[in-house]
Amino acid sequence: MRRNGPLALAFHTLVILFVLAPLAIVVLVAFTPDETLTLPTHGLSLRWFRAILDYPDFVSAFFNSVKLAFLASTLSLAIALPAGLAIARARFPGRDFLNALMLSPLVIPGLVLGIAFLRFFAVIGATGSFAWLVVAHVVIVTPFVLRLILSAASGLDRSVEHAAFSLGASAWTTFRRVTLPMILPGITGGWLLAFINSFDELTMSVFVTSPQTVTLPVRMYMYATESIDPMMASVSTLVIVISAAAMLLLDRIYGLNRVLIGNH
Amino acid sequence: MTSVASKPSQPARAESAPAVTASQPSASTAAPWRAYMPLWLASAPAFVLFATLVFVPLGMTLILTFYRFDPTSGPIAAFQLGNYIEVVSSPYYQTIFARTFGIAFVTTVACVAIGAPEAYVLSRMRDPWRALFLLVILAPLLVSVVVRAFGWSMLLNTNGLVNQAFALFGLGPYKLEYTSFAIVIALVHVMLPFMVIPVWTALQRLDPQTEQAALSLMATPWVTLYRIVLPQVMPGILSGSLMVFGLSASAFAIPGLLGGRRLKMAATAVYDQFLGSLDWPLGATIALLLLAANLAVMLTYYRVLERRYARSMG
Repeated sequence: MRRNGPLALAFHTLVILFVLAPLAIVVLVAFTPDETLTLPTHGLSLRWFRAILDYPDFVSAFFNSVKLAFLASTLSLAIALPAGLAIARARFPGRDFLNALMLSPLVIPGLVLGIAFLRFFAVIGATGSFAWLVVAHVVIVTPFVLRLILSAASGLDRSVEHAAFSLGASAWTTFRRVTLPMILPGITGGWLLAFINSFDELTMSVFVTSPQTVTLPVRMYMYATESIDPMMASVSTLVIVISAAAMLLLDRIYGLNRVLIGNH
Repeated sequence: MTSVASKPSQPARAESAPAVTASQPSASTAAPWRAYMPLWLASAPAFVLFATLVFVPLGMTLILTFYRFDPTSGPIAAFQLGNYIEVVSSPYYQTIFARTFGIAFVTTVACVAIGAPEAYVLSRMRDPWRALFLLVILAPLLVSVVVRAFGWSMLLNTNGLVNQAFALFGLGPYKLEYTSFAIVIALVHVMLPFMVIPVWTALQRLDPQTEQAALSLMATPWVTLYRIVLPQVMPGILSGSLMVFGLSASAFAIPGLLGGRRLKMAATAVYDQFLGSLDWPLGATIALLLLAANLAVMLTYYRVLERRYARSMG
């Protein structure tokens, strides 16, 4: 394999700097002891992290987001697991349509889904309902769960199942003791990816959350358009830390490159 | 009994399984699934939920675009094309649509110019570095777009690091925030992984021996890159730019935070109509026109490039 020349490496360094710069500055500014958004030049301080605790809007939005992401990814798994197994293993009428239907939220812009749900909720009288917000998030995170379940189930060696079956295991036992353990990385990986995506989602949520159900990204967006102080940086830093933790977990369980690029 | 056909090749497995069962007289191996979980039962919840939650809200939104808006009583059921005429004929929305597609176009070009070479450089690295830098490029995908937009607004504001760097050379300060330039920079940052991923995937499929062959036949590295590597990764660049263009044209958070109150893109204009002036029919019309224009641009682009690509290969 040919090596990269100095020009290529210089280009690469610039790209990496470009990618990391906005995240790095957010984390640095979060530790400022000053009143304004400045780099901490004289000492570090945790005052802006403490300030979050005195600002109930962020705290309640954070718990809303965690609850929402947990419920949406769990429900999405409950729906996508049986459907994904059926799509991966069997041919039945409507199979391709179901597959395309469940992946369609990936190609409909969040903006369009957001106003469509807003209108839908207004018509059925569910405006501001947390339960319906969960349902809306189930729709947008299911494609991620489904893709991982499909790739886990289609890469499965079915002869193992047939062996269990021929040795007298019941269908349920075969599923529980043979199939499930083999696709477990796909299931947990899908759940985590769904959790992260729900936790981060802004464009659709901005339309369908009410003041009571507002999520952390929506609250942050509103805060950033109104006032700029270092608290925005400290909240952002916490979000980066949570995302990084979830990413590490996802990498351990399933392999981050496999999740983001697809399987080879 | 099943071990006879137990080692089919990886991709053929799905097809080979029914063949195995077909040759068996017993129904036991036919479908362990069907025994305890009928297919219609397994996929019914997903089917009902998605059919309802994709088609009904979108249909309602389409109907809404024909409604009439009354500032005192809200949307009134009607069938008229007034909203479409208003959006298409008003210079205000013409400017917004032109800006939206202009920004999406520049972002796409920049992503090709940065993402494709970067994927190539990455593919030629050795492994601890290759995996690490691939992760660095892709991981921001999972960090909230609000955080990244906020990071760019700090870098680009009048007292920000970028202007401080200019000041070292006696330049500036320049007004960077709340400009199309700021929106493009932040969009490129957000969209770059969507370009790197397909190009990277195409590069993984590339046979390194074709490159070696060209070099051994005395082609220069640049000629090899242009004549051998580029045509083979072209499908990756094509699908990456479709993705980047589509996502950029409907981006909301970046223009919302970096465009300020006056520099609107289509998505922020929709937001204003829905949550500011409460004119839902007009907002829905802008959103659906954006979706339609987006699809039209992407299909045209795909057709043109596919034809040109087919000709150059043929």
